Parts: sequence; structure tokens; C-alpha cells
Amino acid sequence: MKKLFLSCLSIALLGGIAIAGGHEKGTLSAVKSKGHIQCGVSQGLPGFSNPDDQGNWSGLDVDFCRAMSAAVFGDADKVKYTPLSARARFEALRSGEIDVLARNTTWTMQRDATLGLEFVGVNYYDGQGFMVRKTLGVNSAMELDGASACTNTGTTTELNLTDFFRANGMQFELVAFERADEVVAAYDAGRCDVYTTDRSGLAAQRTKLSNPNDHKVLPEIISKEPLGPVVRQDDPQWADLARWTLNAMINAEEMGIDSSNVDSKRSDSNPAVKRLMGTEGDLHEAIGVNNDWAYNIVKQVGNYGEVYERHVGANTPLQLGRGGTVNDLWTNGGLIYAPPVR
Amino acid sequence: MSNPRSVFFVRKEFISARQAPASTIGVLGWIRNNLFSTPFNSLLTVALGGLGVWLIWGALDWLIFNAVWAGGNEACKVNPEGACWTFISTRFDQFVYGFYEKPERWRVDLILLVLFTGIFWSGWERAPARKWVGGFMLIPFPLIAWVVLYGGIFGLPVVETSQWGGFTLTLVVSLIGIIVSLPLGILLALGRRSKMPIIHSTCLFFIEFWRGVPLITVLFMAAYVLPLFFPAGLNFDQLLRALIGFALFAAAYMAEVVRGGLQSLNKGQYEAADSLGLSYWKSMRLIILPQALKAVIPGIVNTFIGLFKDTTLVLIIGLLDLLGMVHAAIADPNWSIRSVPTTGYAFVAITFFIFCYGMSRYSRFVEEKLNTGHKR
Amino acid sequence: MAGRAATTSVLNNSKFRAILYQLIMASLLIYLGWSIAENTIANMEARDIRAGFGFLDETAGFSIMMSLVPYEPGDTYGRVFLVGLLNTLLVAGIGVVFATMVGFLVGIMRLSQNWVVSRLATIYVEIFRNVPLLLQILFWYTAVLKPLPGPRQVFERNTEIYFGISNRGITVPEFIFLENFSFTTWTALLGILFTIGIHRWAKQRQATTGEQFPVFFAGLGLTIGLPILVFLLSGAPVEFTPAKMGRFNLAGGITIIPEFLAVLLSLVLYTASFIAEIVRAGIQAVNYGQTEASRALGLRNGTTLKLVIIPQALRIIIPPMTSQYLNLTKNTSLAAAIAYPDLVATFAGTALNQNGQALETLAITMTVYLSLSLLTSALMNWFNSRVKLVER
Repeated sequence: MKKLFLSCLSIALLGGIAIAGGHEKGTLSAVKSKGHIQCGVSQGLPGFSNPDDQGNWSGLDVDFCRAMSAAVFGDADKVKYTPLSARARFEALRSGEIDVLARNTTWTMQRDATLGLEFVGVNYYDGQGFMVRKTLGVNSAMELDGASACTNTGTTTELNLTDFFRANGMQFELVAFERADEVVAAYDAGRCDVYTTDRSGLAAQRTKLSNPNDHKVLPEIISKEPLGPVVRQDDPQWADLARWTLNAMINAEEMGIDSSNVDSKRSDSNPAVKRLMGTEGDLHEAIGVNNDWAYNIVKQVGNYGEVYERHVGANTPLQLGRGGTVNDLWTNGGLIYAPPVR
Repeated sequence: MSNPRSVFFVRKEFISARQAPASTIGVLGWIRNNLFSTPFNSLLTVALGGLGVWLIWGALDWLIFNAVWAGGNEACKVNPEGACWTFISTRFDQFVYGFYEKPERWRVDLILLVLFTGIFWSGWERAPARKWVGGFMLIPFPLIAWVVLYGGIFGLPVVETSQWGGFTLTLVVSLIGIIVSLPLGILLALGRRSKMPIIHSTCLFFIEFWRGVPLITVLFMAAYVLPLFFPAGLNFDQLLRALIGFALFAAAYMAEVVRGGLQSLNKGQYEAADSLGLSYWKSMRLIILPQALKAVIPGIVNTFIGLFKDTTLVLIIGLLDLLGMVHAAIADPNWSIRSVPTTGYAFVAITFFIFCYGMSRYSRFVEEKLNTGHKR
Repeated sequence: MAGRAATTSVLNNSKFRAILYQLIMASLLIYLGWSIAENTIANMEARDIRAGFGFLDETAGFSIMMSLVPYEPGDTYGRVFLVGLLNTLLVAGIGVVFATMVGFLVGIMRLSQNWVVSRLATIYVEIFRNVPLLLQILFWYTAVLKPLPGPRQVFERNTEIYFGISNRGITVPEFIFLENFSFTTWTALLGILFTIGIHRWAKQRQATTGEQFPVFFAGLGLTIGLPILVFLLSGAPVEFTPAKMGRFNLAGGITIIPEFLAVLLSLVLYTASFIAEIVRAGIQAVNYGQTEASRALGLRNGTTLKLVIIPQALRIIIPPMTSQYLNLTKNTSLAAAIAYPDLVATFAGTALNQNGQALETLAITMTVYLSLSLLTSALMNWFNSRVKLVER
């Protein structure tokens, strides 16, 4: 018995060691050697990360990963996606299963400070809201006493909701599901009176309802949810690359560089544009990429504004108009602001 | 004879047998005996028969006659009162291959082809070289299949396990579970019957532990806690972790089935093997296990069926097996039609039913064949 | 020959080898356990994960939709554990009772002479046995219960509802027992005691004189009829408070949530299909000679079944039945898929997500299921040995 047992055990151990692909040598070189970026995304949230019926992923978060791929490889398509539940996402990142987590994740102090994670910025400013059926005749969340509320389990949403109802002395029934599409399905079937999640999520999931126009979003916003990409804390270079990928997209929009005019902007004389386009300076070396990294991002993926309009803007099913909201550029009174490339 | 009274009439020849009453033979007799033997029975027949016909007709009507077979989501929106099979056909590739890269899908096809050929070959009794094929399917094939699916050598590009999905993933999980669990289960069963206290109690503890906890908690453990057990840097991907949990879980169940077979053997068999001077492993391999395993083939197949159904649980830890894939596809806004969820579930149910029912039929067939000598 | 025995190496001594093997095994196990512990501690420190069971005293902060004991979002994770455990035991307990009833019924139906009856039972068994339970739960929940009309479509606002079905569940009035109800309770208890007494007396009398006594009907009268009479005589001391339709939902009353119904229904139907097979196999395993013998003794069909077949079949039925009960209990964990707040969904689900202590939480959860199943196994072994003693 021992003979067999021992041999089985050693095979198992050998197998384990063979699979061991440590990330000690740095995420960037590991990514370069395997030839793609492993990107953690949601299990399907229209506008942010959603697979179509061919299995191609698209969305605001997906485009962030594609931008990183464009910066690293000069090719935005060298990304592979790992769909993750809310529960599994951080462990997947910490264990090295994915290289970057772009899964509409709220930046909180607890996550940033205690989980070994690094938030590299905010790619969407969100807040928790409520959606109800128009036929209910409800105009404010304060009228929801006695209602059933559907939401996701394992998120801050659940706690915010409980706090809100307790703070206002109202009764409610909480129906919490693991997966976002289950929540939507339950709300759509009438299991709940109110559906609560981030407002972008409400807009996204609303497209999944059988009659989107029968529903409305209530004015109350009960929390701050800055959503952003996350990387491991133990690799500063990779974190910088992720951070400046996002910043490059925002800066490009601010400078008026988009995918249609980026070729001509390469010969622009403005020094700020030149630095971003890599025709001046060598800051790209510090984050370990070629000098045309930002050019590739904008050329292949687009600037922040383009990506926004493409996936969540007014002309998408989500219809999240950008003008006048916190998600507009700071020059237009919003919060989207990136440090300069210099 | 002792009373020699004169006999007035003795019939000399037999009357030819009369035909049985019309009401007890033929279709009529069968109906009378089986359906309307008593008033209560008649009532049952009418009531349950009515219910049955109504249910079966309703199901057929929904599944076939009134179903939408083509035309995309528009056609289903027009007729939400029947199954929406066009939803399945549109997404069929995804249900089979998951997100497996398109140009590489021939690899899945190849493996599936070999798999089903191998299963039928080794399952069909009069097939030539049946044992060799069975052996091939049991040991080298899973390894070859894994290598072919994963790639990385022979110039095959790597397809990450995170892209495996759909029915392929269901098969991978169940086959790995089954194939790892069988040898491990045999070892555990032997260990549990061992007289060496440490080995006995280790195996006993192992078996009782895995059998005592629900598979979901095992999968949670594999998904969220297992990475902590390995040294930093050593890292399995999510599918592999789930497979480890699933295989250990399966091994414990298999061990109990095998133990049943070992216990059912006459003690004389063990003693005879010992008296021939066979070593422990030889006596197990040549005498005990062939008999014990043969006796529990139905049990083993039933465990397989259970494991096959249990693979659906991986959806709870975010792996998209067949059910997970369908479950996710249902949420597509373009297909938010009343008939779609039920159609999706019906599709999965029918798929699983075909496999599970097929396996259980086969196990019953083997059972009956093996039983011939022992019928009372 | 004797000389050869003397030269046998110590390595071939079976006792020595047994000890050697066990030493290897033990050291392997110790090494494995030690390295896992070491890795875990190192990893948890590296990843800043808290350890220990202190979190059980911390505030949970989330709400739970169904609870058998009072629960507030301000309660602790320990309380969440209790709530989840009770919800699991509730659905498992009720599930076991119904699954047994349905299983026995279907099992006997499969043996029926009536072709329609046995065929229907076979179809039922084959369909429900061969489709994954998770799929069945999702089906009942998504395709059957959720499409029911909502409360606002069914009930008028501010009306009192005594019995209501909607996609929020089944609602019945809340009942409060008044002081006088204790009479009824005591009568019922006495009735049960008397029935046991009568049963013994009747058995003894039948053994000595052969006269029979209708114990069943007497027992029925004593345990159910009499308490009802006392209940009515003491002025029906129960107060019903019906539910009232509010703006969104029914308020008050007792509502059985659809998640519970879906889990219960699918567990019962799924497990019953296995129990039916066990019952059928058990009855078929009793030699037909037994039936013939009892016919020859002049026993009627019902009596044959009750006194001859079932007692023998039970011995075969009970062990696999126990493992079905265990499976049912473990399968309640699938409730997590549809938001029924059982132990896995609340404690190993929501609570784990909020506090992140996966190792501790899952260890507690697994221990609960493990203890449940070890307890049941112990009971089963005890029962088995008892049955065996009676036999020989």
C-alpha cells in the first residue's frame, strides 16, 4: 500500500510543483513571458464587463484591461478574462490567478488597507441607489417601509441597505442572491418591490428587465462607491503601470486626443502631448513599456471619454448621460482628473 | 374398490380444454386485470391515468408541438407559450465549449469523439480488445485529454482553464472525479479494513470526514481556503482546486462502495489466498478485488451518476459548467422572454437525464447479468 | 525448511513491516499537517488575514429574511450562525418527514398491480432521480414559484388576509395561545400516555385471550379527539391575527417564503424518488414465501403487510434510508443558490463575505454537518445492532 501511496503522493507533489508559476519575479515580466494579461472581471454586468453570445467580453472595465494590454504588448487583444463572483475576486487576485482585477470594485479603506490590495484609481464614481416599478407610485426611498428588497450578497450594498432602513426606522425584507443576474431575475419576476445596487449597476441591469421603461430609479443615493481597478500590493511597478494606463486615458481625453486623431497628434508640438505620446522624455521606461504605450492605448482602445460613451454613455442601453455628473472631466465640473505625465 | 358400487357414469375421455373467458385473456383481460380489477383500482386508473395523460400531453405540447424551433428571439417573443429552442441553438456552441477559443475547438471535438467511442467500446461486451480499451480509457486517456485540452506542447497553443466551460467542463470535472476517485477509493477501502491501527483510523477518519460534509462546503474550502495551505508562490488555478476537492469527496464515497464489495466476499476467499502464499497485494489484485469490484459494479455506477449530477455544484463557486453556462445565458437581455428560463433548464435536465438514465440502465443490465447464478 | 525460517530477514516479518508502514504513514501525516499549518500561518500573515474566533462576537450588520429566533442586524455573527443552523434544521426536519411519506407512497405504487399506477410511479422516480438537484431547485424557484402573481395584484390594500398565496409566499394568520390553552396541551400529553398504556394492555390481552381491541381508533380519540373537545370546551383559547395588506407586502401573519417552499419541494421530490426505490427493493427482498405463509395462516392483505412484510422489509430499508436522510440534510446547503437563508447561505455565505474569515467560518460549518452525520451514523449503528439481536 505504501508503495502506491508514496508514488501517488510524489506524483501529486511533482504535479503541484510543475504548476507552480510564482509571481516573485514581478508581474510585468511574468505577463510578458506568458504573452497575455489575465484580467478578473464580473460574471456579466452590461456596460462594465459582459460577454456576448460569442463569448467576447466588452465594457468599461474590460477596456481598462485592453488598455493595459495595449500598453504592454502594443496589442489590445492579448487579454484573457476570468469571471469572478464578488466573493472570490480578492482571493483570485492575491493568489496570483489573475494579474489585475477590473470588476466594478468599490475602493474602501478596509479593502485598501487590510486585504493586501492596491487600488490604482477610479474609473467610475458611483453610489448606491434604488429602482422600483413605476406602478408602485413611490417617489422617494423614504416611502419604502415594509417593502421587499433584492440585492447581492457579499457586497457593501447589503450593509448600506440595512443601515439605511435601520437609520430611518423602516421595516424591510432582504432577499440576497450570490449572482447579479439572479437578483435581476428575482426583481423582474416581482419577488421584490425594490432593487438596490450601485446606480450604474441599476442602469446596466435595467437593460435586462423585460420592460425597462416600467421601472424608475429613485433620487436617493445612500452611499459613495468609487469603482476602480485593483492590483496586488506587493508589486509597485505593475501598480504604476495600471495607474498610468488609467491616467493616460484620462489625460488623452483632456488633451483632446482620441482614436481618430491620435496619429496626427503624434506630431503635435504641445510638450504635454509630446510627453504623453512618447515623442519626448523617457518616463515609459520606469513603468517598463515602450514609448508608444499611450499611443497604442488611445489608438486601439480610445481615451476615457470614448470608452465611457461606447459602453455606458447616453447612446448605450445604459443611458448614463455624462454631462454634469461626477463622471465628467474636471474641466467640465466632474471628478475625472488625472495627474500630469511629466 | 373397497366399496364396489356400480358406477353409473364414468367419463372415458377428457373434455378438450375450453377457451378462457374472453374477459381474462388478450388485451381485454390484461386491461381488466391490470387496470380495473376492483372499483378502487378503476378509480385510481381513471384519476391517475387522466392526470398522467394531462401532464404528458402538456409537456409534449410545450416541448415540441407548440415550441419555437427557429427564428431567433423575435420568434420567441411572438410565441411565449412554448419552448424556445432557437435560444438553445443560437447558443449551442457556447453550451458545449464554453469560452474555449474558436480555432481550437477541434481539440474538444476530438476528445469527445475518443471519449464516447471508448465508452461504448468498453461497454459493449462483444467488442474486440475490450479490456485494453477500458484500460486505456481509465488511465492514459484522462492525462492525454488534459494535455490536449490545455495545450502548451506539440505546438498546441495554451487554452487557460478559465476559458473552459459548458458541457466540456461538466465532462472534465466528472471524469476527473470518477477516474481519480476509483483507485483512491479502493486504497481507502483497503486501508479502512486494514488491521494496522494507524492506517485504519486514518482512512476511517478521511472517509467519514468527506462523507459527512456537503459538497458545497468542500468546494468553498477548495476555492477560498486551499490556496492558504500551499507555500507562497505555489498556486493552482480555480478549476484545479475545485477538481482536488471534488476528487477527494468522490473518493470517500467510492471507498464505501468498494468496502461493501470487500465485506460481501466469503472469508474463505481471503483464507484461500493466504494459504496459497500470495502476498497481500497479489491476493488483493488476483483474488479479492476482481470479485469484490465485480459485485459492486452497480454501486460504482450509481456513485458515478451521483457524482455526475453533483458537478453542477461548481456553478456556485463561479465555474461555468453546462448549468452555469445556461444559467448565465438566461440573463441575456435580448432573451428576456418568459419561456427562455424554462427552456434552458429543460435543455440541461434532458441532457443530464440522458446520461444518468443511460448509465443507470447499463448498471441494471450488468447487475442482471451478474445475478443469474444467484437467483432464488 | 526450519533453517530457512531462521534466516528470514526481519524485513519479511509481518509484524515488523506493519509497524514500519504505520511509522511511515504517521510521519507523512504529521509532515503534511505541519507543513499545511505552517504555510497557512505564513500566508495569513503575509496577506494580513485575521485569525481566531473573535469575530463571532462582532456585529453582523446585515438583515436575514427568515429567522426562527429573534434576530436584528445589530446582533452578532454568533447569532447569525444560530439563525442559519435553525433554518437548516427546519427545512431538513420537515423535508425528512415529507420525503418519507412521498417515498413510501411512490415505492408501494411502483409495486402496484395497476399498470397505470406503477408506470406513473416509475416515470416519477426515473425523472426526479436523474436530474441534478440544483437544477430542480432552480426550476421550482425560477419557473414555478417566482411567476406567481405579486401581492399587489392579489390583495386589496388594507384588507385582512386569512390565507394568501403570492410570489412572496404563503401567508396564514399569526396565532397566539391564551392562558387556557394549557388544558389542551395537558390533555394531549395524557392522551398519548393513555394510548401507550392501552396499546400494551391490548397486546397482552391478545397474547393471552386472543381477543382484539381497536387500539388505533381508541388512540386517535384519545390523542386527537379529546384534545379538540377540551380545546372547544375551554373556549377555543387561540387568537388569530390575520395579515393585513400594506403598501407593498402583507404585514403581520406568518409568511412561508417561496425560497423555503422551493427548497423543501425539490428536496422532498428528489429524495422521495430515492426512498421509493429503497422501499421497493426492501419489500421485494422479502421472500414471497413469507406472503404465502401468512396467507396460509389466514391473515388478510393489510395485516400481512403490517405484521409480516413491513417488519422484515424495514430491516433492509432503514440503513439506506438513514443515508438518504443524511443526504437530504447535506443537500439543504444547495439552498444557497436561491437565497434561502440556511447555514451555508447566511453563515458560510453572507457572514463570510463580510468578515473574510473563510478558514474559521468553513471549519465551523463543516463541523456542524459532520456532527450531524456522525450522530445519525451512531444512531443507525445502534438501531442496526438492535434489529440484528431481535433476529437471531
